[in-house]
Parts: sequence; C-alpha cells; structure tokens
Amino acid sequence: MALDDRDADKQKLFSRRAAILGGGQLALFAVLAGRMYYLQVIESQQYEILAEENRVNVRLLPPLRGEVVDRFGKKLATNRQNFRVVLIPEQTDDVEATLDKLSDIIPITERTRKRILKDVSQKRGFVPLTVAENLEWEDFAEINIHTPDLPGLQPEVGDTRHYPYGEDLAHVVGYVAAVSDSDLEGANDPLLQLPGFRVGRSGVERLLESELRGRAGNSRVEVNAFGRVIRELAKVPGTPGDEVVLTLDMDIQRFATERVRGESASVVVMDVHSGELVAIVSAPGFDPNLFNVGLSQAEWDGLTNNELNPLVNKTLAGQYPPGSTYKMIVALAALEAGAMTPQRLVNCGGKVTLGSHDFHCWKRGGHGPVNMVQAIQQSCNVYFYELSKRVGIDKIEEMSRRFGLGDQVAMDMAGEKPGLVPSRGWKRATTGIPWQQGETLNAAIGQGYLLTTPVQLATMSARFANGGKAVRPWLVRSVGGRARPAPQAVPMGIAPENMEVIQRGMDAVVNIPGGTAFRSRLPLEGLAMAGKTGTALVRRISREERARGVTQNEDLPWRFRDHALFVGYGPVANPRYAISVIVDHGGGGSAAAAPVAKDVMTRVLTRDPMALAAYEQSVHGRDVTDLGDGVAKGRG
Amino acid sequence: MVLEAISRSGRLSLIDKLYEINWGFLLLVTAIASFGFAMLYSAADGSFDPWASRQMVRFGLGMGILLVFALVDPRLWLQLAYPAYGFALVLLIAVEVAGTTGMGATRWINLGFIQLQPSELMKITLALALARYYHMLEQDRVSHPLYMLPALAFIALPVALVLRQPDLGTALLLSVVGVSVIFMAGLSWRYIVAAGAAVMVAIPIGWQYFLLPYQRERVFTFLDPSRDPLGAGYHTTQAKIALGSGGVWGKGFMEGTQSHLNFLPEKQTDFIFVMLSEELGLMGGMTLMALYAALLGFIMMVAMGARNQFGRLLVAALGVNFFLYVFINVAMVMGLIPVVGVPLPLVSYGGSAMLVILAGFGLLMSIYVHRNQELPRGGGIL
Repeated sequence: MALDDRDADKQKLFSRRAAILGGGQLALFAVLAGRMYYLQVIESQQYEILAEENRVNVRLLPPLRGEVVDRFGKKLATNRQNFRVVLIPEQTDDVEATLDKLSDIIPITERTRKRILKDVSQKRGFVPLTVAENLEWEDFAEINIHTPDLPGLQPEVGDTRHYPYGEDLAHVVGYVAAVSDSDLEGANDPLLQLPGFRVGRSGVERLLESELRGRAGNSRVEVNAFGRVIRELAKVPGTPGDEVVLTLDMDIQRFATERVRGESASVVVMDVHSGELVAIVSAPGFDPNLFNVGLSQAEWDGLTNNELNPLVNKTLAGQYPPGSTYKMIVALAALEAGAMTPQRLVNCGGKVTLGSHDFHCWKRGGHGPVNMVQAIQQSCNVYFYELSKRVGIDKIEEMSRRFGLGDQVAMDMAGEKPGLVPSRGWKRATTGIPWQQGETLNAAIGQGYLLTTPVQLATMSARFANGGKAVRPWLVRSVGGRARPAPQAVPMGIAPENMEVIQRGMDAVVNIPGGTAFRSRLPLEGLAMAGKTGTALVRRISREERARGVTQNEDLPWRFRDHALFVGYGPVANPRYAISVIVDHGGGGSAAAAPVAKDVMTRVLTRDPMALAAYEQSVHGRDVTDLGDGVAKGRG
Repeated sequence: MVLEAISRSGRLSLIDKLYEINWGFLLLVTAIASFGFAMLYSAADGSFDPWASRQMVRFGLGMGILLVFALVDPRLWLQLAYPAYGFALVLLIAVEVAGTTGMGATRWINLGFIQLQPSELMKITLALALARYYHMLEQDRVSHPLYMLPALAFIALPVALVLRQPDLGTALLLSVVGVSVIFMAGLSWRYIVAAGAAVMVAIPIGWQYFLLPYQRERVFTFLDPSRDPLGAGYHTTQAKIALGSGGVWGKGFMEGTQSHLNFLPEKQTDFIFVMLSEELGLMGGMTLMALYAALLGFIMMVAMGARNQFGRLLVAALGVNFFLYVFINVAMVMGLIPVVGVPLPLVSYGGSAMLVILAGFGLLMSIYVHRNQELPRGGGIL
C-alpha cells in the first residue's frame, strides 16, 4: 500500500508536469501552423512568382531578318540555312577525342580547339558550344552520317544572312555584322544580347535596320535547378522583319557591274520622272558575306590597301570635278540669264587669254565659229569660257544648285557626300581671297573647286531629260508592303525653249557626227541616247614630265590619270532613264565612260536578247584608241 | 516459443494482449506513414522504385517489431533498460573507433548487412535507462543533488560521443529528451530555473569552444539566408519558395514543380514535408500535422494512464522524442530554425529512423497493453 501511495504522489506530480509539457508541445505546434498559414496563404503569391521564376527560363528566338528584293522580286539579301555543329560536353566522355574524330571531316583550328576546351572547363556540361558554323552541305551531311561515332556533337541548322549577288550589291544593300558595344548603347532590344546576332552595318541593311530586324519571339522552357531544359512550355514565334523592295533592277545592276569589272568606276541609272534608282554601281565591290562571318586580317588588309578602294561607295561618297559634263549648267545659266542666245556664234581659236594667262581649248587648232548646240556637241572650251564671262559665277552657281549639285540629293541613302559648288562667298570664307575671274573660266569647264558625286550627276542629267523637274534619286520602294511615296518632282521653272537647246546639244554629242560620244551612239533602231562626255583633271602634267617625254595622260601612273565621265539619258524622243558613268583614272570621257554608258543604256532600253547581241558586237568591235580627247585640260 | 516466453511473464494471455493492443493507434501510424509512401512515390516521378517500395518494406518490418514489443511484459523492458543503454553506448564508442564516414560526419557503423546509426538506438535506450532510474528512485530524492548526478551522466555520456561525430542535432535531441525525463520525474523548479540560467551562460561558451566552424556558419546562414544563397541558405530559400508556392490547395499530387525540378534539396528525406506542402498545400500539411497531434495526444494519454513511473516516464520520453522530430523538421523546412539533419518521423525516407520510431512505439504499446499491471521497484539488475 505504501508503494501505491507513493506512486499516487508520483502520478499526481507527473500528470501536472505532463500537462505542462503537452501544453508546450501544443503551443509549438500552433507556431508551426501559424508559420504554415503565413507562408502558404499570406505570402503565397510572392512565392508563386518566385517558384515560376525558378522554373521557367525565357529563351529568345531570333526572328527571320526581312529580305531585300529588287523591283521584280529578285532576292538581294536573304536568309540561308546555317549548318553548324555544336558540342554538348556532358554527352561525351572525352571531348578531345570527339574533336579529333570531327577533324577527320572538317578542319578544326588550334584556336577553336583551345576555345572549346576552355569553355568545357568553365561551363555547365549541358550548355551547347558552337564548334563550327557555315558548313558546306556536304560536310554537314557527312557529320550527320557520323553522329553515332561523334558523341556529344550535334548538327544544327540556324539562319544566317546571305547575299546571293555578293559584291555586285555590297554598297547598296550593305552587310550585317556582329553587334558592337556602340550598338548596345541606349538600345533595349534584347535581341542584341543574343550571341551571334547580327545587325546592319552599311547600306540598306543599316538604313532600315529596325524594319529588317523584326521582333524576337520567345520560348518558355522549364528548367530544373541545374538549368537543364526539361521541356518547352510555350513558344511565341518571332515576327519576321519587313521585306524591303528596292527600286533596283538587278539585271541592270549586274550588267553594269560586269561592264566595269576590273575598273574603279561608278554607274548610276535612274528613272528621269520618278527618280527611282535602277542601278547604282560602285566598283569594285567586296563580298558582304565575308563581313557576316568575320573577315580575316589578310582579307581586311586586302580590302583597305586596295588602290581601287572597294570599301568606298563611290556613287554617293566619291567626289569628282564634273569636267565638261558641267557645261550644260553653264549654258543653261547663260540662256536663263539672257546672256546668250543659242544661235550666236563664238569663234574658237584654240585659246582665250585673260590677263597674262592663256585658257586653252582641248582642240589645239580651235573649233572655229560655234553656236551653243555645236559647242556642247564638240565640248568647245573657248565657247564656255566666253559664256562664263558673260553670265558670271553667281548665276552659274545658282543654276548648279537648282540641278542638285553641291548638296545631298539622294533620299533614303546614308553616307552621301554633298560635293562642292564654289561661290564668291564660299571662296572668301574659306581662303580669305576674293573670287578671281580666271576661276570663273575654270568653273565653266567643270574644273577648279567644283566637286560632284555620280549620284548628283545622274540627278542633274535626269533633270535635263525630264524638262526641268527636280526629281531626286531614291531606292526604297516599299517596306513590309507599305509603299514609300516617291518624292515629288517639283518643276524647276526653267523656260522650255532653253531646256530644249540643252537637250539638242546633248543629242548632238551622241548622235551627230563630230559629237564627242558619236562612237557610243546606241545601235538601236528608233532608240537614241543623249549625253555629254567629261574628263576630270587629276593632275596637270608637269614641266619636268613634259621634258621627259610625258605628253599624254596615258603616260602618267594610273592614279594620276584623269577621270572619265559621261552623263546622259535616253531615249532622246521620250526620255525615261538618266545615267552617269565615272571611270576613275580612265582617261577621256568619250573613250572610257561613254562606251560604258552606251552598253548599259542599251541594256536598260531593251532588256531583250537583241540588245545583248548588239552589246556583244560592240564590245568586240570596240575601238580602243581615243581620238576625241587628247590634250591637257578641259577636254570633253 | 518466443511469444509463450513473453506472455508467461505477464498475467495476461497472448490473446488478451492482442485484444488490448490499440489498433486505432496503429491505424493512425499507418495513415501518417502513408503520406510518406505517397510522397516518395511522387518524388520518384510516379514510381515505387527506389524509395516508396523500400520504405513500405521497412514499415512492414517496423510494424512487426512494434507488435512483438507490444506483447512483451514491461518488467522485461525494465530489466533490459540498463544493458540496452550500455550496448548503445558501446556502439557509439565503436563508431568513434571504426565508424563509416559520410558527408563529413562519422555516424554509422557497418554491421555488414546494415549501416547502423547507434545514435538512433540511443534515443530509445536513454529513455529506458532514465525511466528505470527514476522508477527506482524515491520521490523525495529526485531533487537531491547527489541523485541527480547519475541521471546527468546518463545524458552526458552519449551526448558527448554524438557531439564528436559531429552531430549537433542528435546531441540536442538526446539532451532535451533526457532533461524532459528529469523534469517529468518531478525535479524541483529551483533546479529547473537554475539550469535554464546555466544554459544561457553555456550558450556563448559552447559557441566559442564546442561548435565547429560549419555549425557556426549554419547558424549565421539561418539568421541571414542571403549570406550563402547557393549554399546552405539555398536550402532554406528554396524550401520556402516551394512551400509558399503550394498555397492552400497545393499544386496537386505529383505536380510540384520545385521539388520535381530538383530545386528542393533532399526532397525524399529531410525536406519531404516541403514537397508535401507544395503538392498538397496547406490542407495536406495541416492534415498531417493534425495526425501528428492526435498521435502525440494518444502518447500523453498512454503516459498518464500508466500505473507505474517507469511506464509513464518511458512513454513521455518517447513522446517528447517524437514531438521533437516533428517540430525540428517542420520548423527547419519552414525557416524557423537552422537547418539540422532531422527527418520527419514515419514520413522521411530512411531505414534506421523508421525502425527506431516503430520500436519505440512497440515499447509504448507494451506499456499500454500492460497498463493495469503493477511493476515492482526492486528485482532489477541494478
């Protein structure tokens, strides 16, 4: 019993203590429940977001870059499948062995190997590493066949920009290249962060970069804690970039490019009424596809050290003295100012003396008495010296500007240089010396300070052809199906009869015997071209050279020879296309530039097999000696 | 033979004992374990292999042990208390000498067929030993300083050994279980208050001299998970994300994104409650907690219903042990306390823990079955 009593005490005490303990446990459980409620009810939404962020990775899907096509839909810049091989390190036991096996199929440089081995050691095993890109289909196919023997390697197909016409269009369409730091400044398009993404670097690719780029799509993928992709949850395809339709006619572009191959030259063909550029050739070009991949140092050096300046778009950025192609401006200025009538004769004795200085005609013996049409036809310098004395530099400058010289004329094209049309004010401001009358005479034959670009010359020619409407050259017809309205060609307010005199002069240059470009008249029944030759002096033959027997331009080193120019339009009866041709250091305009213009214009005006045959014949039967132009300056 | 030997020692027949077993309690235990089976099935992405099937086998084995233990007369447990404690202590020393190292700690001993973790065994044998000690001790001597020493020694020896492994979590668990037995044996409040004060003093000293750098780091990380967002803090952060994102109703069975995508570490063991909360939500978690509470309530009922101090203290100690498991695990995964390696009893995947828990419930059931039986105070080995 005693034991029972004592046990009863113990039990009583125990029960009290047990109650305390149980109460404590209950209280702690309540804490747990409260915490659970807090996390799963009150804070739940926040954790749901965090969980989703944990789980879901958004991967950018680069959109297909918009294509660039010519007026007939020919693809000028397109996207090509990029066959590449990626390595997933975790799928192979021996990365080096895998690379060795791959090198039996395609070459793997030591640099690539080092880069891959470095990445393998630094990145997670499931992150794909690019081993090779832009593979030939044959190599790619072979790798595909051998995949079972190439553990860890995965053939993939991506997209890469492709320029089917290569260097024929490099300056117009431009190229794409890797994103640079300056591209990233202020830009918030996540696409730019994408490795391997390319942006337009020049030409249309750069000008319309935002339209061509398109918008990124995304793929929401579920990843596990290690970042490995488990599955794709949703995919929003990107919006492809807009298609850009150019005014170019690739057939003409290519023909013209081919025609001046081997030369440093530019050819611009434009519609005289609309200003549409049909061809805009700057030769030589370069292969824009190389820029996409990345140039080697040797390739880059080859381009930058090339005397022919393949990287410069000469049609827009090449500035040349217009030479005799400028004479129409002087003539028109004189007519409009009433300083000259078309019929009035000026006697050319071979030179004009001003003060103590002789100004020569290109024809030593002189042309004798010539009227305006004849002066243009034969490019008589003395006539224009006389004309310029009568009309003065101010009117000539004003007329130049009305024809688009000395300013940027091209629409939607980047990198155009303005050229230079000198004036009294300009001269005083730049040199501090007043204008001299001799400089007016120089300007009258397109020399001196004058600088023009091929695009300006084509524009000038178009404005003569269309009877004086201020057309401007443009290149982009439509973007993403939305037409870009052609710039309005405002009438320039020039008397039609005056304009007609100029046109008759230009007609005579090509189509009347004695004209400086008579040998370049079109071999087409009913279709004639009008135009004007020009020769731009690069360097005068020095006294010492003359003493050494260097009497002709051809005797000088190439880079000192004169530029050959031609501007023109056709058909004469109903002008449709204007053209400007400049062959750098080509010598005389009638010998080097006019034949190019003839061939290109023939192609433009016909675009049929007959014209092709005529072209073949003219190429093979072409007279290479230059009879029309020969002597020092101001020949036309 | 065995069953006969067991039943012979008691006044109840084998049939009586089987009748006396609380089958409702066993059902409760099975219900809790079933949560584990389901979650392990989910953790393996809808497969019984590798976890759920083995866990079920262990549970079956453990239930067998439970039933056998339940039929044993408590007098035998009383007699075995000290030898069992001694055996567990020897094993702990053996770990020191010839233990298997895993994850930077030496906790296991390789018995050839099983990797035994002696500290698990100690959780029960310590309870047995202390219960026996206070069962034998006169009530008025409980608060006598001299008679406190053996009890403290019972606790200190295994705690010291476990700390050396090092296993801070288990050492704390053993300490708390031991101290709670002394508390329930009726230790004077004066000592309790004094001891509490001593602990407050001991904490900074222990911090300085007994905690290993990694253990200190854990505490720091707990206080500020962003200290080590991809290391130890990662566990806490990801556990909170997974649990919180489960919401009230959960993401659905086998639909837990965080756990299935391995954001959740140790999802089948220590962090299984998080996975359950992610997939079954607040409702699932609360249901499990309610089952645990019911189970603990039953344990306290058994403890108070026992007619001897040995049974009372033993069952209460087992209850405290079980409660601590649940509390530490759940509080840990919810970021309330630092991450210590404590499984969720009956639910987490793991062999030793499951068997030890069920064996403990066997002892508990034995006390329950024999609750109306007197237990002599003498006649022990000591």
